Amino acid sequence: MVTTVDPAEIAKFEAMAAEWWDAEGKFKPLHMLNPCRLDYITRQIAAEYGRDLTTPLPFAGLRLVDIGCGGGLLSEPMARLGAEVVGVDAAAGNIPVAKIHAEQSGLSIDYRHTTAEALAEAGERFDVVLNMEVVEHVADPLAYLTACQRLLKPGGLMICSTLNRNPKSFLVAIVGAEHIMRWLPKGTHDWNKFITPDELFTLLQQAGLDPVDRKGFQFNPISWSWRISERDLSVNYVTSSVKPD
Amino acid sequence: MDNPEASPHIVIMDSEILIVGGGLNGTALALALAKSGISSVVIDRLSADRRGAGDFDGRSYALALASTRMLAAIGLWPGLEQTAQPIMEIKVSDGRAGEGPSPFFLHFDQAEMEDGPMGYMVEDRFLRPALLDAIETHPLIRQIAPDTIIAQEVTAQAATVTLSQGQKLRGQLIVGADGRQSGTAMRAGISRTGWDYGQTALVCAIEHEKPHHGIAHQFFMPSGPLAILPLAGNRSSIVWTETSAHAAQIQAADDADYLKILQPRFGDFLGDIALAGERFTYPLGLSLAQAFVAGRTALIGDAAHGMHPIAGQGLNAGFRDMAALAEVLIAAKRRGEDIGNPVTLAEYQRWRRFDTTTLAMATDGFNRLFSNDNGSLRLIRDLGMAAVNAVPGLRRGFMREAAGLTGDLPKLMQGRRP
Repeated sequence: MVTTVDPAEIAKFEAMAAEWWDAEGKFKPLHMLNPCRLDYITRQIAAEYGRDLTTPLPFAGLRLVDIGCGGGLLSEPMARLGAEVVGVDAAAGNIPVAKIHAEQSGLSIDYRHTTAEALAEAGERFDVVLNMEVVEHVADPLAYLTACQRLLKPGGLMICSTLNRNPKSFLVAIVGAEHIMRWLPKGTHDWNKFITPDELFTLLQQAGLDPVDRKGFQFNPISWSWRISERDLSVNYVTSSVKPD
Repeated sequence: MDNPEASPHIVIMDSEILIVGGGLNGTALALALAKSGISSVVIDRLSADRRGAGDFDGRSYALALASTRMLAAIGLWPGLEQTAQPIMEIKVSDGRAGEGPSPFFLHFDQAEMEDGPMGYMVEDRFLRPALLDAIETHPLIRQIAPDTIIAQEVTAQAATVTLSQGQKLRGQLIVGADGRQSGTAMRAGISRTGWDYGQTALVCAIEHEKPHHGIAHQFFMPSGPLAILPLAGNRSSIVWTETSAHAAQIQAADDADYLKILQPRFGDFLGDIALAGERFTYPLGLSLAQAFVAGRTALIGDAAHGMHPIAGQGLNAGFRDMAALAEVLIAAKRRGEDIGNPVTLAEYQRWRRFDTTTLAMATDGFNRLFSNDNGSLRLIRDLGMAAVNAVPGLRRGFMREAAGLTGDLPKLMQGRRP
């Protein structure tokens, strides 16, 4: 419980929560991408489970895990839409931060310092696995995606986004975002770990999932916003897969 | 513990959106949001009874076609349409008092446009009560009126306004729909820029002997534009601009003298005229908010941009703001986001700020060009109008602009629900 932590620690976590949720701060790129990611996620979940997004609490009754939850930028919207949310992060420091913010937002979310592998081992099962911008950071993508597959109930949906590997993504995500715009700290991404959409589809299949959709997240420097693209998967992209019954 | 929520005198009531100003834009926004499941409270300093009057008082609006489509989308147009006068044609010409219109003119005929009439004249006595009645009965909308706001506060989690008796209302977002003197903008620290034109609009309604055939006229007089806009029956709304000093003299005159001053300005094509309703004056000025949004705060309508009413675009621009704001808020709600989040507000500002600032500047420039008796300027604008009139494509472009069908239209302005 957050309340048993020493007060100086709480103050520190509150400051970090404010930082995570400051749309103009350190995590600005994530805040800019968030509406576009959420549009994709909410529509895919609604389609898979026959939910109507114009009704209140459309995701009621769905159990969802957000892997690499950070400050809760995806967990909170999912909880607001009625899902029962477990947020996990391998970085221990993110958990109290996310907890404090959820409390301030009046949302009930089960945040845990753990990994997909440990959750799967413990027998936890979900209707939806959110696996957003994580796979490019793991040491063994196939082992990781297999653990994610085990987290799904039969017929469950996994949404997985990552970065493509090609000269353009090197220019945009490494040179542009880390070195020129300083959107991300240098060294955030290792371009060699980026995965092409075809490679990801193969990995998803090897992990025991049926990939059913892929789309691009395209940045428009004029309107300074992101949109979902059918064709442009050259840098950021997202996939949906279903676990066979 | 200094906990305001524990105090017996202060009740905190929660709605998602706190709308300050229960005028046409504020009520339309509350309704558009409620139709998509978003709750709001509307606060106004006048009681709803005083805002929704009974008899015709002379006030009316030239609603662009897109605005009527928005009213249809929120369920009000079927009831209003029968009271409204379609604008079938618009004639624009240059004129001088006593001389009548110049031979050069622009003529816009709705028959050239496939969408239907360019707009409708709607009287305030029908539009305002329709909006007020609709918000009165909607379960997701609460009205607090009359009351005033003495403080507003935003935090990372919520927005709160404090009413005159200390009652607090809390929500995710404060919307300032409180006019060009917007207290919401002031309390949010949003400064304004603008200027006075030294002109005043005289507004009245007249009854006339001959039918208007649904034709709207705009005469550019040296002192400023004169618009004659058709109302249902043999009645028209007059919007007439004069220098402020002259307008004060005219307004001080009795009805008979007032009509004697007005009549020669547009000739006798409507036959004998008589006043129908009250006479109003509006000093003209441009008043732009430096920003349309701040933390958990958004401005719509005149609170964001009070503009010259030369093309009757004030309310139509306000409805467009309202529709754009409703659309981004509804989208944020469906994504599960905190609907007062800064990324959503920035999207609204990006959408509306350029558009309205351009419109305000265009009407300002238009006014400067046309409120002028300089011989060469007069020749330029006459030739310009004749040129536009000669090219059907250009003319249709102007008509679609006047009908509010151009630009990045919010879904509501296309008659669709977001």
